[in-house]
Amino acid sequence: MDLALRDLGDYIADSLTEDILDNHLVGDELVLVARRVAIIRVLTFLRDDVNCQFKLLVDICGVDYPDREERFDVVYNLLSLTQNNRIRIKVTAGEDVPVPSATAVFSCANWWEREAWDLFGIPFADHPDLRRILTDYGFEGHPLRKDFPLTGYVEVRYDDALKRVVYEPVKLTQDFRTFDFLSPWEGTQTVLPGDEKAETPANGGA
Amino acid sequence: MAEKVIQNFNLNFGPQHPAAHGVLRLVLELDGEVIERADPHIGLLHRGTEKLIEYKTYLQAVPYFDRLDYVAPQNQEHAFALAAEKLLGIEAPPRAQWIRVLFAEIGRELNHLLNLTAFAMDVGAMTPMLWGFEQRERLMEFCERVSGARLHMAYFRPGGVAFDMPVGLAEDIRDWADAFPAFIDDLESLLTGNRIFRQRTVDIGKLTAEQCFDWGFSGPNLRASGIPWDLRKSQPYDVYDQVEFDIPVGTNGDCFDRYLVRVHEMRESVKIIHQCLDKMPVGPVRSPDGKVSPPTRGEMKRSMEALIHHFKLYTEGYHVPAGETYTAVEAPKGEFAVYLVSDGTNKPYRCKIRAPGFAFLQATEVASRGHMLADVVANIGSFDIVFGEIDR
Repeated sequence: MDLALRDLGDYIADSLTEDILDNHLVGDELVLVARRVAIIRVLTFLRDDVNCQFKLLVDICGVDYPDREERFDVVYNLLSLTQNNRIRIKVTAGEDVPVPSATAVFSCANWWEREAWDLFGIPFADHPDLRRILTDYGFEGHPLRKDFPLTGYVEVRYDDALKRVVYEPVKLTQDFRTFDFLSPWEGTQTVLPGDEKAETPANGGA
Repeated sequence: MAEKVIQNFNLNFGPQHPAAHGVLRLVLELDGEVIERADPHIGLLHRGTEKLIEYKTYLQAVPYFDRLDYVAPQNQEHAFALAAEKLLGIEAPPRAQWIRVLFAEIGRELNHLLNLTAFAMDVGAMTPMLWGFEQRERLMEFCERVSGARLHMAYFRPGGVAFDMPVGLAEDIRDWADAFPAFIDDLESLLTGNRIFRQRTVDIGKLTAEQCFDWGFSGPNLRASGIPWDLRKSQPYDVYDQVEFDIPVGTNGDCFDRYLVRVHEMRESVKIIHQCLDKMPVGPVRSPDGKVSPPTRGEMKRSMEALIHHFKLYTEGYHVPAGETYTAVEAPKGEFAVYLVSDGTNKPYRCKIRAPGFAFLQATEVASRGHMLADVVANIGSFDIVFGEIDR
């Protein structure tokens, strides 16, 4: 199984040399990293190629890594019924770097892309109908971003005097508590005084 | 006489409508009584589950899965338990795997009982709902006996199940499973040959296999269009590779076939339940790894290490090695999957929940265009839509 998947990954990378940046196995799952502008070509190839036949796009989702320059990953999960395989394609995106919409290849991409736009603010180019989908009408912000607070910014209640629902800034009766369980023994790399000169710092940085 | 331009009629269906199966607001554009456009507005039940899970430990995340598809809660937990186990690199002991399969099938019965009878009610049959809920209640009593909760079980945990089955439960489940096929016969006698039911469902919302692929279908709705695809067979998890059952497949892909596929799946589930009860070994129900599964109360009274483990597990939780996985199970509605990204801490970095209903509801417009207004209700009913999982 793993060998066959590895071969499949190499086959796809060879067929689309310029579009696939990386292919590797995570556990027993095949992951491809594609160039953002080529995602339509990659998805069409995976759907139509006789050795791939990933006819089912099962999921599109975003992942947020705020430290990176292009902070989002857009993850496409595909399923091939004939080959009984799964594959995952990742592209990166930024807050104002749009990803080409996959709706032309898979109709079901429509809502998942709307969801990624709604929750992360990942823009999709050429999407037929890029509205918010899960959050409230008139909602502001993108709640699944790591810098969006868990409590949100506004809360609603029914105002008896106005006879309607009103929005108000969130008032917490107790401070939001979060506990950091990263052990100092395992987490940070402490450098003892004097030791910093022993190794030359890596050039470039993040 | 001058020709008049007639404007299409816009209709708001829901969000408070019994046939909307929860809180669906459907904006319909009608030409007479024929659907031109259907635009579902979802999110009225959005609770931010994925965001909340990012702030909870892996064990605290389990109950959120009950509240997704609240009709068959254990099947959702199953996906999360398998995903977390995959990242942790552990496996549930054999007995736990059999119990999970047993209760996953009970979940399937729970779901199909509700869906079929609610669907029948949508198209005008009252009695199945009343009969079906009696059976559902009996199944939920089994859930209560094994986990303490009728609905939100929080029973399938990473590393196994929460508790072993109590004495006598297996016999009672067997008694129920012996009698249940007769109930399915009764249910079918009300619906399958019923003229009104057939008129409302046959050739309504027909979807071809190609359309199903295009719209990301899975589960019974995909099988109704003639694709024999079932994750329990093709990518078996837990002990599904050791049980025998058939995959019912439809031919027309209309509402009636979706109904029939579910009825036959109920019969197949009974078979699996019997096999689980026959083959279930004795033994532990939780992973022996003390860093993941909590110690028993008795051990805690005697062992210092067990006490420490207990304290650490229920405050800090366990740290999951960095990695990612997309783990899917065949939930009653279709492919339910968890895309779990771990960064090595005690909380998931990202937990995307792939709900089957999300894809089905999206296809409402394709299935309903050109049909009558009343057929939208039949389509929604036959797609098996529950808003807990769609809105998350």
